[in-house]
Amino acid sequence: MAKQHVVTTINGNAVEFLCDTRQTLLEVLRDELHMTGAKEGCGTGDCGACTVNIDGRMMCSCLFLGAEAQGKKINTIEGMAAGDKLHVLQRKFLEHAALQCGICTPGMLIAAKTLLENNPDPTEEQTRYWLAGNLCRCTGYNQIIDAVLDAAKELRGAKS
Amino acid sequence: MSAVVTEKKLKVVGTRPDRPDGVPKLTGTAQYGADYTLPGMLWGKILRSPHAHARIRKIDASKALKLPGVKGVITAADLPEQKFEYVGAERVAQNFWHMTRNILAREKVLYEGHALAAVAATTPAIAAEALKLIEVDYEILPHVIDVEDAMKPDAPLLFEDMITRGVEPPPTKPSNVSKRVEFKIGDADAAFATADEVVEMSFKTAAVHQGYIEPHACLARADADGQAEVWSSSQGHFVVRTMTVKMLGMKTGDLRCHAAEIGGAFGGKTVVYVEPVAVALSKKTGHPVKIMMSREDVFKATGPTSGASMTIKVGVMRDGTIVAAKGLFKYQAGAFPGSPVMNGCMCGFAPYDIANVNTIGYDVVCNRPKSVAYRAPGSPISAFAVESTLDMAAKKIGMDPIQFRLKNIAKIGTPTVWGPKHSHAGFAETLQALQKHPAYTAPLGKNQGRGVAVGYWFNGGGESSSTVNVNEDGTVVVATGSPDIGGSRASTAQMAAETLGIPYEAVRPIIADTNSVGYTQATGGSRVTFATGITVINACKKVTEEMCKRAAKMWKIEPENVIWEDGSARPAGKRAGEFPPLTFKEIASKRTATGGPVVASASINAEGQAPGFSAQFADVEVDPDTGAVKILRDVAAQDVGRAIHPSYCEGQIIGGVVQGIGCALNEEYIYDKNGHLENAGFLDYRMPVASDLPKIDAIVVEVPNPNHPYGVKGVAEANIVPPMAAIASAIHGATGKRLTDLPMSPPKVLAALDG
Repeated sequence: MAKQHVVTTINGNAVEFLCDTRQTLLEVLRDELHMTGAKEGCGTGDCGACTVNIDGRMMCSCLFLGAEAQGKKINTIEGMAAGDKLHVLQRKFLEHAALQCGICTPGMLIAAKTLLENNPDPTEEQTRYWLAGNLCRCTGYNQIIDAVLDAAKELRGAKS
Repeated sequence: MSAVVTEKKLKVVGTRPDRPDGVPKLTGTAQYGADYTLPGMLWGKILRSPHAHARIRKIDASKALKLPGVKGVITAADLPEQKFEYVGAERVAQNFWHMTRNILAREKVLYEGHALAAVAATTPAIAAEALKLIEVDYEILPHVIDVEDAMKPDAPLLFEDMITRGVEPPPTKPSNVSKRVEFKIGDADAAFATADEVVEMSFKTAAVHQGYIEPHACLARADADGQAEVWSSSQGHFVVRTMTVKMLGMKTGDLRCHAAEIGGAFGGKTVVYVEPVAVALSKKTGHPVKIMMSREDVFKATGPTSGASMTIKVGVMRDGTIVAAKGLFKYQAGAFPGSPVMNGCMCGFAPYDIANVNTIGYDVVCNRPKSVAYRAPGSPISAFAVESTLDMAAKKIGMDPIQFRLKNIAKIGTPTVWGPKHSHAGFAETLQALQKHPAYTAPLGKNQGRGVAVGYWFNGGGESSSTVNVNEDGTVVVATGSPDIGGSRASTAQMAAETLGIPYEAVRPIIADTNSVGYTQATGGSRVTFATGITVINACKKVTEEMCKRAAKMWKIEPENVIWEDGSARPAGKRAGEFPPLTFKEIASKRTATGGPVVASASINAEGQAPGFSAQFADVEVDPDTGAVKILRDVAAQDVGRAIHPSYCEGQIIGGVVQGIGCALNEEYIYDKNGHLENAGFLDYRMPVASDLPKIDAIVVEVPNPNHPYGVKGVAEANIVPPMAAIASAIHGATGKRLTDLPMSPPKVLAALDG
């Protein structure tokens, strides 16, 4: 089967790739572009470990075809820190010990960042519901919720 | 709330520094099992049985091998036969004859998802296509899923020659009962006659999966000279090496195993599934081979913990004394022997001082994936039954459930049902800490209830190794053999920094491969901060001794006249001479002039671990219309010995509680009548999500373990033991209905309310 030529933007960079039309965006990111920050936990959109941001919306990259990336603006975990400066959410996850094994962390961070872009001042309950599509088996979520709310507070402070 | 005063102020132990492996995990650069690649790599995929039980008449891979891009196919015929024998301590005995058959089926497939062939191809799509071209001729056999059904005399047999072990004289007829175990102290039957009240109840639990988010994955490469390498996500790369060389008939020194970052495990990555297959495919094809399991594969073909059927009987006096206890435990082993039923028999009544106890356990094979360790393996299952029964007993005599447990709690010197006496304190202190929590006496509303339960786990010691290398700028690298699942690199670095007297940031902890550090058992049994921790501390002590020798050389005095204090070498008193202290950094910089590199290693077969103990209460609200149970509050106290990094101790406690909540309310393996798993995905196998839960309240209790330099007790497991019974008792408090069948999902709660 002929491969599809796709032109897209990932983390602000123009990216071109060839993909099998059956390949998911997750497979393209990991196997073609060697960006392995997005993880495959289920391949069915149930765990959120492969979450990326596409045109401002969070999306399980395992449910999105690579070919659909044409013309889109995609943000992944690899683009979250600015050089050696961690994003506030990343720093708060570290400070709050919000990761144990870390496999859910990239997806969780992208989901949390999208939350704060949409709602800079979420309640605990709103945060818990927003992140309900991102499974974490290690932490029981306490410290993740603390980290997100603390990051939101700091980000609001920075703007005012 | 430390019960023991710390004599010398600790500077690093007990603080909450950032974990050393944090940034790569936050930026997506950390490499987990599936993240490794090599040039020329092939993709391996595994053919799995669609049947719950069938004889394999023939496997024909000729069509698959003709597909362009397919480089090799293997079956069990490519693996050497193993001797039938149980090896290792009985509680964790392994039989490689079974293990090789679980990795690739031989005579029969024993569960849906059982692996029976594997293919390596140039792309994942070609490998998947090739699997469809492998023709298998099955003779479908009757199957059995439920443990009680599997024990019936006319049940289909998984192994036609299996004679129950542990029965004298041995039975003459084969059965699915692999083993019977029994423990006894005193005379329970006689003591029941003296009790004021006797409560007897039966329980069932469902098989539940560890649910780690990262599926099993590995990359292997093999050379024509017999040497090979594996990168894989496991709880022990030394375990991967031991099992893989055994499965493939290789020499131990010929396989170098690297510990990838591990995306959760909870016991489920203490065995191998894909590693021997990947190495065998790599040998056969001459290319590196990567294998990743799908989530469906993980559910169908890796180990959940056992489901069980149990009956508990307890006899109590009106003053609250438990005088007699009996437990009958039947655990599903899955397709091969080896459920944790022995642990269940040992742990169930372990928290208590009961003069007459008798526990009997059965290990029963059935057509399910082979059970594997899951966080305090076996203990949560028996504790659900025991703690639920004790709650009913306490209610019968009108006693507060914490008071009732405190009255009977085991202390140092209390005998265990398996023989040795308890040798550590902390159980009563943990219960008292829970009792003091202000929410314990908070009023409850309509349809709300509160339940209490406790949990015991042995914790582990065992073999560990580490090596400390001092760098010329005064930083050190600490290499251990323990894969880091939940923050052990942080605790390792903290213990090293504390012992050396240097800043935490000056310590770089790594997990070395099997050819670069001494043998180390798996990260399991809550053993790493205890056992590996001791080797790190001992190696660091050797380093400080060496640093004293180097200082003596620089001062031109005898080494015995130098002491190590607060991170510096100092003269041992005025008679040794007047010298300003030499810091770690200063001595390190003089490496070349004082004798060359400073390196120290330590290894151990650690004993003296202290058990884990957790006491919890849960508040729930039951929706009378839907049967849904909402967790309003969960307070979990646990004795951690000493918290090296309190945040990660709290994280272990909260994580364990939430897994227990999942097991209590939602999680279960559901089979259809054909023995097919109906919910092999995260949508239908419903693990707790953030919106299901309140904040879990962790109480860190510190009763130090005298057998660890900083007082460590393993912290990762006891926390999962109490939630099921605590929630069942809370539901009983809310509704007056006692649920005895896990999970307590809405249909079951509703049926109980209507019944």
